Amino acid sequence: MATYESATSRVSRMLTMVPWLVHRQGIDLATAAAELGVSESQVVEDLQVLFLCGLPGHYPDDLIEASWEGGRVFVGNADTIARPLRLGRDEALALIVALRALAATPGLAEREAIDRALAKLEGAAGDSAEGAGQVRVDLDQPVDDELAARVRTGLSEQRRLHLRYTSASRDETTERDVDPLRVLSVDGRWYLEGWCHRAADLRLFRLDRIESVEVLDQAATPPDELPERPVGSGVYRPDPHDQSVVLDLAPGSAWVAEQIPAEEVSPRDDGSVRMTLRVADPHWLVRLVLREGGGVRVVEPAAMVDEVREAAAAGLAGNPAEGADR
Amino acid sequence: MAKSASTGVSPATAKTERLLNLVIALLHTRQPLSKAKLRQAVPDYAQGSVEAFERMFERDKDELRALGIPLRTEPIDAFFDDEPGYRIDQREYALPEIDFAPDELAVLGLAARAWSQASLAGPAAQALRKLDAAGVVRDESSVAGIEPLLHTPDPAFEPVRDAVLTRTPITFDYRGGSGDLAHRRVQPWGLTSWHGRWYLTAHDLDRDAPRVFRLDRVVGAPKRSGRPGEYAVPSDLDTVAMIRRSTGDEPPATTAARLLLRDGAAASLRRRGTPLPGEEAPEGWTALELPTGSLPRLAREVCAAGADVRVLAPPELGSLVAERLRAVAAAHGGGEA
Repeated sequence: MATYESATSRVSRMLTMVPWLVHRQGIDLATAAAELGVSESQVVEDLQVLFLCGLPGHYPDDLIEASWEGGRVFVGNADTIARPLRLGRDEALALIVALRALAATPGLAEREAIDRALAKLEGAAGDSAEGAGQVRVDLDQPVDDELAARVRTGLSEQRRLHLRYTSASRDETTERDVDPLRVLSVDGRWYLEGWCHRAADLRLFRLDRIESVEVLDQAATPPDELPERPVGSGVYRPDPHDQSVVLDLAPGSAWVAEQIPAEEVSPRDDGSVRMTLRVADPHWLVRLVLREGGGVRVVEPAAMVDEVREAAAAGLAGNPAEGADR
Repeated sequence: MAKSASTGVSPATAKTERLLNLVIALLHTRQPLSKAKLRQAVPDYAQGSVEAFERMFERDKDELRALGIPLRTEPIDAFFDDEPGYRIDQREYALPEIDFAPDELAVLGLAARAWSQASLAGPAAQALRKLDAAGVVRDESSVAGIEPLLHTPDPAFEPVRDAVLTRTPITFDYRGGSGDLAHRRVQPWGLTSWHGRWYLTAHDLDRDAPRVFRLDRVVGAPKRSGRPGEYAVPSDLDTVAMIRRSTGDEPPATTAARLLLRDGAAASLRRRGTPLPGEEAPEGWTALELPTGSLPRLAREVCAAGADVRVLAPPELGSLVAERLRAVAAAHGGGEA
């Protein structure tokens, strides 16, 4: 193992490993290591310790049998520790919290299987499940169960979907054919990832912005070689080729620097913030600045300053608010 | 003869072996084992002096208990309780036999994977290995292509989670919305991920009131400031409702606004409104009515749409929009004076 493992955590891990291996006699060493989340040499070292352990007396008949000859793992004579230890607090917590979050997501997950699994798990966890109610993950609801269910049908039957979709940045509704690849929740929001035939590229669609979806008779045929797209924290990825824009944020609009990936953020003592970011779509930036009502000021480039001023003037022409506060 | 243990291995490996032998001996016995018997049963214990053995056993006992192993201390003889004995009850130790159906294991796998990039990745994977010890084949088809991913980027996550679960008061430095730094003393109630952010809900001891804290605004490491379990969490706690209130989430609709929308634009306003066929609209525009709970919030959205939306009513909304747009124009060298 790359990181240091204390004797006690190793004991804990091995007490889980033994029952797992007992039920998988003859398993391939490489497979076992991968599924147990450790290296092959670690598994071998663990087995070397195991066969020195056994019942009091420690005569050969008392000891655990462990072998890995020819790359196949066998563990025997380990009846006393052939059952795993009860779930610990964090173990119960992790599964219960995630299952409850999924159960509250209608249309997307197998509700009935989740409820059954949760009931059994809570029963088995006993006291360890106490406190799991205090930790909660609230996943966004897809607007419409039926819509979510149709997306799932497209996924499981590998069929092409026809979407009416409102993009957040441009606030436009477009229609497109998409080959669904997966539905993922990132930071609480649900997205459909798919091959978009309109863009001829991989795209993420927020489920709550899909207006309607139709499952087509056509099979989904995404390209075999898909561009690499790691989904880490946050879905938006700035592109170094995009235009660089400098903004000044008033204290009341400083949240913008927390929500939008920036290249540089410098807070000032008075609570205002200067921020540099990459902007792919000028239209998106104009909308942001108009929404913040003067709290966000474009510093440069000059062309963007002009664009914002003209957009504000055009908006005012339609909303002069005669007799208002002037 | 018995295999001699622990020769030529590292101290850590010798300890692993000793602890495993101890667990096996204590699980195997029906009668509590005296210290003398334990010293015979575990090879490592027999090697040093009696004093060294006693010290080693005391430590081992504590460490096994910390792992969650229910190591009992009981009188060896019910009539003469002068000498304690030790054992582990198999029924207390072992995870109960549970038969998970293939589709249940599949959703458990999904739940475990949700943490794969987050703080509880290790415990989640370990739990799944325990539940799946019997090697039931999973039926993954029901969850194919569904991937919830949780993230725990905040360094405060671990200590706060611990405080919530053990009901231990903590103190920490907190950066408020306006950027000011303050020291807070709280009784943690709940830890909630909402819209992708982690929030601590707690009773604030200085303000003597419930408060909501964003974990990404906790500065430095929270410190314990009391004993575990020294307060109770309200039974009717609704953390999501508390967070909604604190973030000023959209209140229920109380008024209706009437807007003109340019055709093909402002899709997100359009989908929440209902068309007004009676209202007169210029060519290329649609009139619609939109329920809202907050005029300032709606004004922000109308502003974002710029020249594509016009306010018909109420006049307060029109003033708010004009006022905000005028501020934007002024900030960008506009001629409004």
